[in-house]
Amino acid sequence: MVTVSTTTRTAQDLTAQARDVLGVSRLTNHALTSWLHGLPGVDQVGCEARAAALGTRSVKTTSKAWAIDTAIGMIDLTTLEGSDTVGKVRSLCAKALVPDALDPRTPRPAAICVYGDMVATAKAALGDSGIHVAAVATAFPSGRASMAVKLADTRDAVEAGADEIDMVIDRGAFLSGDYLTVFNQIAEVKQACGAAHLKVIMETGELVTYDNVRRASYLSMLAGGDFIKTSTGKVQPAATLPVTLIMLEAVRDWRELTGVQVGVKPAGGIKTTKDAIKYLVMVSEVAGDDWLSPEWFRFGASSLLNDLILQRQKLTTGAYSGADYVTID
Amino acid sequence: MPKFEYAPAPESRAIVRIEKSYGLFIDGAFTRPKATFPTINPADETVLAEVSQAGPKDVDKAVAAARRAYEGVWGRMSGAERGKYLFRIARILQERAREFAVLETLDNGKPIKETRDVDVPIAAAHFFYHAGWADKLEYAGLSASGADVPRPHGVVGQVIPWNFPLLMLAWKIAPALATGNTVVLKPAETTPLTALLFAEVCQQADLPAGVVNIVTGDGRTGQALVEHPDVDKIAFTGSTEVGKAIARSIAGTSKKATLELGGKAANIVFDDAPIDQAVEGIIGGIFFNQGQVCCAGSRLLVQENVHDQVVAKLKRRLATLRVGDPMDKNSDLGAINSKAQLDRITSLVEAGVAEGAERWSPECALPAKGYWFPPTVLTGVSQTHRVATEEIFGPVLSVLTFRTPQEAVAKANNTAYGLSAGVWTEKGSRILWMADQLRAGVVWANTFNRFDPTSPFGGYKESGYGREGGRHGLEAYVTTAPATLTGAVR
Repeated sequence: MVTVSTTTRTAQDLTAQARDVLGVSRLTNHALTSWLHGLPGVDQVGCEARAAALGTRSVKTTSKAWAIDTAIGMIDLTTLEGSDTVGKVRSLCAKALVPDALDPRTPRPAAICVYGDMVATAKAALGDSGIHVAAVATAFPSGRASMAVKLADTRDAVEAGADEIDMVIDRGAFLSGDYLTVFNQIAEVKQACGAAHLKVIMETGELVTYDNVRRASYLSMLAGGDFIKTSTGKVQPAATLPVTLIMLEAVRDWRELTGVQVGVKPAGGIKTTKDAIKYLVMVSEVAGDDWLSPEWFRFGASSLLNDLILQRQKLTTGAYSGADYVTID
Repeated sequence: MPKFEYAPAPESRAIVRIEKSYGLFIDGAFTRPKATFPTINPADETVLAEVSQAGPKDVDKAVAAARRAYEGVWGRMSGAERGKYLFRIARILQERAREFAVLETLDNGKPIKETRDVDVPIAAAHFFYHAGWADKLEYAGLSASGADVPRPHGVVGQVIPWNFPLLMLAWKIAPALATGNTVVLKPAETTPLTALLFAEVCQQADLPAGVVNIVTGDGRTGQALVEHPDVDKIAFTGSTEVGKAIARSIAGTSKKATLELGGKAANIVFDDAPIDQAVEGIIGGIFFNQGQVCCAGSRLLVQENVHDQVVAKLKRRLATLRVGDPMDKNSDLGAINSKAQLDRITSLVEAGVAEGAERWSPECALPAKGYWFPPTVLTGVSQTHRVATEEIFGPVLSVLTFRTPQEAVAKANNTAYGLSAGVWTEKGSRILWMADQLRAGVVWANTFNRFDPTSPFGGYKESGYGREGGRHGLEAYVTTAPATLTGAVR
């Protein structure tokens, strides 16, 4: 096992650690390419078959109730629209604070996820509730801006009080084989995050192949990401079960290699309780129960919360209430 | 630490009606039950029903009924009309899929998710596939151009095993009927119930009386059927030992035969394999149906330089397998089919350990009643060990290593069998080279245990002869020799 410190945050330290993990004296594109391309390949058919097989688990009664509450607690309740207003963000925060007015025992989501300019609004609305504020940064969603702008974007959100930063990787650099640029950007953003947790969005819908997803996952973990995240939600396909399977295998094997546990966040397109439970089954059976908490697994979602609440009401009352009995944010 | 526990999710057995006792299905009707013996649920040893032991006279009646149906109706029917019956049977199988799945799980012990997702859907697929062939046999390339069109043999005697009771029935009956033969089928002694439910389906489909006859019983019934003088062709799936006995008993007669027998398949993992998927393939290869599969990947041949990594990942994955109540939708492994089989697995594994193999199983609580064996990995196995050469037919994986592709081929082929093999590598050219070198009827590349009615299945050497499924599978059920007096017109 290679020893990796979890407290280190400067880009230089991250580079030094990466050299250690790779066993090289200088971190170059060549070294990164050798390492990433030396990872075992992913067979597409086999990967998708495994994901589909996990999706057939039957989760009922008490285990369903546990899964619903666990899933609610893992949601990053999200609004990322050009049309977002202070009113909209406050309303979303109110929903997070009281997810189901009919049942105060309903758990709260883990975080509110907004654009950087809405961080202060969300912070004020959430107060000391313990619900985190996550901000997307680094020229989200395309990431097509200079490094100076990306860092400024990050610092701006952190200074406004963001607990978590969701950055995007430079997919252009990744696809052109410039892994060092991707690494450096993540490491510098990580440094800019300070105490804030860094989620690294790989935008798997643009990486396309599972081999790329595996490589991007390892690169993101190597560069200091606290979480690896599938998607911005702005590109189709967003989160899928097979992509998440590859990422869960990556964090599992990474902990074995380095001792460091990294979280996973599928985001975009997860709308139903049934879907969410399939993800939890996968977390449990692939990465292990150590990942079954909001600290290590999140759902990036907006409409998922209300479907979970509907199913929760069904389990507690025995009857379906209907969409008008759960509040829209 | 939170823990995701799955609450019990048992499939309901209320959907299927099981009679107290069953007769034989001869000439379109059930006989009165007599000389019955119990068939039990191997998961809890409860008796499910009593079934009849068919004697030589019963077999004689069944063969006579099949002969009448062949000469009177079925052998004369147009292919298009036969196809309609097969389509109808296929649709009824789909409509009653849940009944079949539940009954198969109860009688066999395999998990409901397998009967639901594999056995029953593929059985229906075989009827659909062969229904399509029924009116196209002239174009299947079975006879030389200008020669006679292919004709059925007549009455086919079929003896099937207990590991895939309904699916093996479909593999046997669908091509026989599509080509215009009539059938007397003997299901395995321990798993007769889905065959008897299939008899009901034949009635429901208005299949002419005598086209399909089902005679239950033990080996004596099978022997009577195989040795019956008016049976034109034998199709057998089962052990190599019984297959040899059948070959001896029909030697010197005009009977045709196809034999699908045992296997000791190598699942070969190269160092450039997609390891996570290979681990899944190894698991699917040997623990599917508790390893009671003739083409199971029972020998893992792993390149020595990735041996430790593969075995470590395999063990971690094995720890997540769920062994238990076969009716629970979350069970990955069910019960061993019979006490006799459990004893055989137990003694072979003990022999393996005595010869120096290291035995490992994950922590798993096995039910107190019923026949259970934990998923087991034997490492440090050598080519000379019994567990590397004999078919165990249970959830037991023997792990061996190799250094070069040539050595992998040599070890894989160094067996009396030759039914199937698996190759795991990201290198396409190596897959093609290996497939060319391996003496096995099926070679799976980066997958294992995939079955499709369009693909021929069968073995080399002691794994038997003849092919089932696909265009090749039709060949066994037709003759292009000139018509004899007894052979009906097409």
